[in-house]
Amino acid sequence: MSARRSFANWLIFLCVLHGIVFCAGFFAPYDPAEQDRTSPYLPPMRLHFLDMQRHLHLWPFVYSLKLRAGTFDQYEEDISAPVALRFFVKGARYRLLGFLPCRLHAFGIENGRIYLLGSDAYGRDQLSRILYGGQVSLLAGLLGAGITLLIGTFIGALAGYYGGWRDEALMRIAELFLALPWLYLLFALRAFLPLAVGPLQAFFLIVIVIATVGWARPARMVRGVVLSAKKRDFVRAARGFGATDPYLLRRHILPATSSVLLTQAAILIPQYVLAEMTLSFLGLGVPEPMPSWGNLLSSLQQYSVLVSYWWMYLPAVVMVPFFLGYLGLASSLHQRGQPYKMESPALGA
Amino acid sequence: MRYLLRRLRHGFLLLIGVSILAFLFAALAPGNYLDEMRLNPQLSPETVAALRAQYQLDRPLPVRYVAWLNSTIHGEMGFSFAYNSAVAPILIVRARNTLLLTSVSMFLAWAIALPLGVWSAERLGRLPDRLLSWGTATLLVIPDLPIALGLLVLAVKSGWLPSGGMTSVDYQALSPLNKLRDLAEHMFLPVMALVLSALPLLVRHVRAAVSEVLNAPFLLAAVGHGIPRRTLLYRYALPAAANPLISLFGISVGALLSGSLIIEIVMSWPGIGPLLLESILARDLYVVVGGVLFSTLFLVLGNLLSDVLLYFVDPRIRSESSAT
Repeated sequence: MSARRSFANWLIFLCVLHGIVFCAGFFAPYDPAEQDRTSPYLPPMRLHFLDMQRHLHLWPFVYSLKLRAGTFDQYEEDISAPVALRFFVKGARYRLLGFLPCRLHAFGIENGRIYLLGSDAYGRDQLSRILYGGQVSLLAGLLGAGITLLIGTFIGALAGYYGGWRDEALMRIAELFLALPWLYLLFALRAFLPLAVGPLQAFFLIVIVIATVGWARPARMVRGVVLSAKKRDFVRAARGFGATDPYLLRRHILPATSSVLLTQAAILIPQYVLAEMTLSFLGLGVPEPMPSWGNLLSSLQQYSVLVSYWWMYLPAVVMVPFFLGYLGLASSLHQRGQPYKMESPALGA
Repeated sequence: MRYLLRRLRHGFLLLIGVSILAFLFAALAPGNYLDEMRLNPQLSPETVAALRAQYQLDRPLPVRYVAWLNSTIHGEMGFSFAYNSAVAPILIVRARNTLLLTSVSMFLAWAIALPLGVWSAERLGRLPDRLLSWGTATLLVIPDLPIALGLLVLAVKSGWLPSGGMTSVDYQALSPLNKLRDLAEHMFLPVMALVLSALPLLVRHVRAAVSEVLNAPFLLAAVGHGIPRRTLLYRYALPAAANPLISLFGISVGALLSGSLIIEIVMSWPGIGPLLLESILARDLYVVVGGVLFSTLFLVLGNLLSDVLLYFVDPRIRSESSAT
């Protein structure tokens, strides 16, 4: 598969995944904060096509769950009451993509609640929480990477284009940031910011902290590209015609950095999603009612939850295809950067 | 030797720089440990003010920094509000545990990655190599945290291994041999999590570096001389490919430290990680600065080690430094 084709494939794959998460309201049957205190830690319901008489149904259905007699946390299927799954049902209000008011959901059931991926301690639907949590985590990654690349491009261009003492000073600071183990740096920066803030504030705080920690690497790469680009003949020619610095940078030099920035984005976004997850998991990030992949996992810090309710582990599984997509994207971009590098068989083959 | 001295000076300057940076962040931070005390109705404002003066929190930043430097030279590294003692003794115990964990994982990860990478490079593009590539790619996309949690589930469910901590309750009463066994049992899970998270990148780099060397003419000549395969791979190819790998070693220390931060917390290994989290939540400023500084120290030491290795492996660096 050519690098260009594989790049396109990975991009489509990622777009589909992100599309599902960013339309969480439609695909999630419920609001992520909607509680049902009567059914904590409900295991995932199974979709059935065969009923008890072995009749095949074209329409999938579920059995509602009831407590097994004599236990308090063991559920079993209530086979006397099958409930048909309905598609495109009207349910809780939400805003599609954050602004379109909407009531349509991809699926749901008429009476009772459906938990395709189980429920958490408060009887909130795990599927809905994973989808909405993905919105928060992915947005943190995307926004954070965007800000980092902005800062990195600005500083890298400044250092590379003007050179001299500015270059020297900025690159020394960059070295400082690169030298630290970045998670420690992230922690340290988070340590010095207020802990008890509202979910939305916390979200932006986290994004900014994550974004400022990572600026050094893109800045250095941009600086390298700018250094080589500003010596090119067409740039010198433009300068000879009297082009100003901002014009030269914008028109001739910064476009040369685009492929570096793209590769960096593909590397940074998953890294930042992971950073958000880590902080939220430890209680330093986005706090409760707002779900995020990190704080969904944080209930696993209790041994009892970790051992008994495997579906609480699902957010970690959901993340993996996203990371796979970004890894594929980054490596196809990398391949595109060096098309002549061939792999040849080893000795004596 | 001059080369090494230069690297040493570089590392030292880095530590100074990091400490200044950490202090700057700390100064920009709203609130401190005493703010929480102020909410306590049993403490009079005068007491808090006196404490503030005692800890020099009312002094300007440069003064505080110099005072901190002074106490660092005397082996204290500032004062922990929460522990009510100097920072260094608390940190050193934790740092020792982190060092134990990371160095064992480091050693194991490289001990596995080197033969695996060479083995894979030798079969470049064939089925075993492709399978291994898929394996490392899979491991690469699973973050540390799920790996650690998954291992923890296995440990708790199977009951074969202790699921947290560093030693058993009756550790002090055990014989030396049993002490070692107890420690090893407790270390097994965190080490495994760290190795699994570090391994894929190392294997991929070893494979890339070795496969590049395998195409070199001098190796073809060696094949022609009838040198046995094993000698060829490990005595001829690997040293020639060592250069980028040694640099990678320096970098991988940093990655491993970041990984161990999480894994220590999840597996409750009493290293720097849990201490750092605790002190962040308590706003125990000097402990945070100290923890960050210790991690930088490890990183600098790791890089220094890779520099020394490079100095001995690569004659070009030796001649370069004696020429200048």
